[in-house]
Amino acid sequence: MMKTVGPGPRAEETPEPLLSVRNLCVTYRTDSGSVPALDQLSFDLHAGETLSIVGESGSGKSAASLAMMGLLPPNAVVEGSVRFRGRELLDLSDKKLREVRGKRIAMVFQDALAALNPMMTVGAQLAEAVSVHDSSASRAALRERAVELLDLVGIPSPRSRSDQYPHELSGGMRQRVMIASGIANEPDILIADEPTTALDVTVQAQILDVLMRIQDRTKSAILLITHDLGVVAGLADRVLVLYCGRKMEEAPVEPLFYEPAHPYTRGLLAALPRIDRGTRRLAQIAGQPPSPGERPGGCPFQTRCPHADERCDVIPRPVRVGENHTAACVHAHEIERVTP
Amino acid sequence: MTAPALTVEGLVAEYTTGRRGWGAQTLQAVSGVDLVIPQGTTLGLVGETGCGKSTLGRCLVRLIDPAEGRVKLFDTDITSARRRDLAAVRRRVQFVFQDPYASLNPKLTVHAALAEPLRIHGLHRGREGARVKELLELVGLDPRHGHRHPHQFSGGQRQRIGIARALAVEPEVLILDEPVSALDVSVQAGVINLLADLQEELRLTYLFIAHDLAVVRQISDQVAVMYLGRIVEQGPADTIFTQPRHPYTQALLSAVPVPDPRIQRARRRIVLDGDLPSPLSPPSGCRFRTRCWKAQDVCAHTAPELSEQGGSLVTACHFPAPPAQPTAQNQHKEVTAP
Repeated sequence: MMKTVGPGPRAEETPEPLLSVRNLCVTYRTDSGSVPALDQLSFDLHAGETLSIVGESGSGKSAASLAMMGLLPPNAVVEGSVRFRGRELLDLSDKKLREVRGKRIAMVFQDALAALNPMMTVGAQLAEAVSVHDSSASRAALRERAVELLDLVGIPSPRSRSDQYPHELSGGMRQRVMIASGIANEPDILIADEPTTALDVTVQAQILDVLMRIQDRTKSAILLITHDLGVVAGLADRVLVLYCGRKMEEAPVEPLFYEPAHPYTRGLLAALPRIDRGTRRLAQIAGQPPSPGERPGGCPFQTRCPHADERCDVIPRPVRVGENHTAACVHAHEIERVTP
Repeated sequence: MTAPALTVEGLVAEYTTGRRGWGAQTLQAVSGVDLVIPQGTTLGLVGETGCGKSTLGRCLVRLIDPAEGRVKLFDTDITSARRRDLAAVRRRVQFVFQDPYASLNPKLTVHAALAEPLRIHGLHRGREGARVKELLELVGLDPRHGHRHPHQFSGGQRQRIGIARALAVEPEVLILDEPVSALDVSVQAGVINLLADLQEELRLTYLFIAHDLAVVRQISDQVAVMYLGRIVEQGPADTIFTQPRHPYTQALLSAVPVPDPRIQRARRRIVLDGDLPSPLSPPSGCRFRTRCWKAQDVCAHTAPELSEQGGSLVTACHFPAPPAQPTAQNQHKEVTAP
């Protein structure tokens, strides 16, 4: 029998989630009409865990994180609910939100050069990040804290580095400074939006190591937003797969990779070239992702899905396919689930 | 043996930084590279940002004039070709860039963009329209969409247009500089498969420049690994990926995440310390020695030459890993450069 669960697929878990997102919708108003970016996203994030949101361009993964942080541009309409320790964030005034943002929930962006202030030394920026939330600290204490943070993220000779400007640092170093700034106030949640996408693989390995070390130390929950399934395989405890603004599948990391239930997840995994395998013909996903204005009604993946039929014209509800594992597909129980 | 389609000998490429006379410095982006690509095969050229792989690609069609060395297309010397002869050479060697949106003229319809090279080279006179339709079909696009502009296509479709434009003049060699890096996984696979099909159908020779090693393994027959302007290791793709001997290749491969949680979490990774040294003042001797955990005195004095390791693998290292050592994939000790 098919059993469907509502928007809260982890309802069976007892501990209160740190972050609880329900029916989050983001729509951009533009001159040529409204463009949906995120549609009815619900999930929970628990203390200390790493949840990965995976998706391709236009899947809405960045819109989700920006909405939670109240960082979307004014033409974005946000609906739904984002509760942090039971407190609704979407209703908070800017002033109140600022107390949460950067202190309890911090963010690491992809492009460190754009996110860092080019006119301030990295030490001064880190000191600022601390002093915004702790005005009592003395200048000397702030300076020490900045050096300590740089050391924590593995920057060699942190004292002299703290007097340098962002342009004097390499890309990997700048990303470490971003992480240092994110963890400056020991947040409960660190949102990392494509933290290694602009970096070379050897530098990516260094940065991912830093993130894992930091998490061991601070016990922060990490919301890792990425398109790279290799990074997800190495770091995530649980995974959310988005496509065209909708959640396709949610599962703990191993079931997601070894028993994916949604045709989109299966297609993605089969299309990946892998460094540990020789040449084989890659499985292609037919067609192209629809542009936001051209998304079909019902399941957004139906235009490319090998299993699509008339039942897909209705927006599919998440179907429970395993423990803490749901797939938004009416065919989820019919598809043979073997590792792609 | 198939004839080499492209032969590169002792290639050196330099840039001058700063203003002449005002602290101008010479940056050597490519420092003596030799390559041979047999016809109908793919050489994957990998390396991280700033290793010189794109500069090398551009030298091959003289978008950049090399400072030293020779490039040969079959028997034609490209490096000494005069201006007029160069046009003929460039018809035979075409380029596909990473970002087709930047390399396609936004004001031209796809039809016009594909007909332009035909006109320039005087090909298919009088039947350009038919040829454009053929080209669109060849790369898996709807021939009825020729009247559209680049912005009306998705990223994957635009890259197919970029490939069609390169193929319009019936080249023998394609230089593909990060051709799928900007594409999402679900469309990337289609473009990779297309490139493989086209190679077989048209007997094309590829130089495939990329930083994504999984993609390179998928498409390449041979792989060359570059570090700071030099090739440090080169050989058959399978050998490079399963039995690399150069410490840099080993570190590079071990850093690539595998999309499989159990395998990825069990892998021992070699995490390199530090950053790439400035190419303005590369380290003496072996350029990798500042980040290498095996470095000894000799590495600072003598630059290692590429030497035969058996099985057509060549490695430039004074202390290459012994051949018996298993792959970098799964069984490496965790080592961190001092």
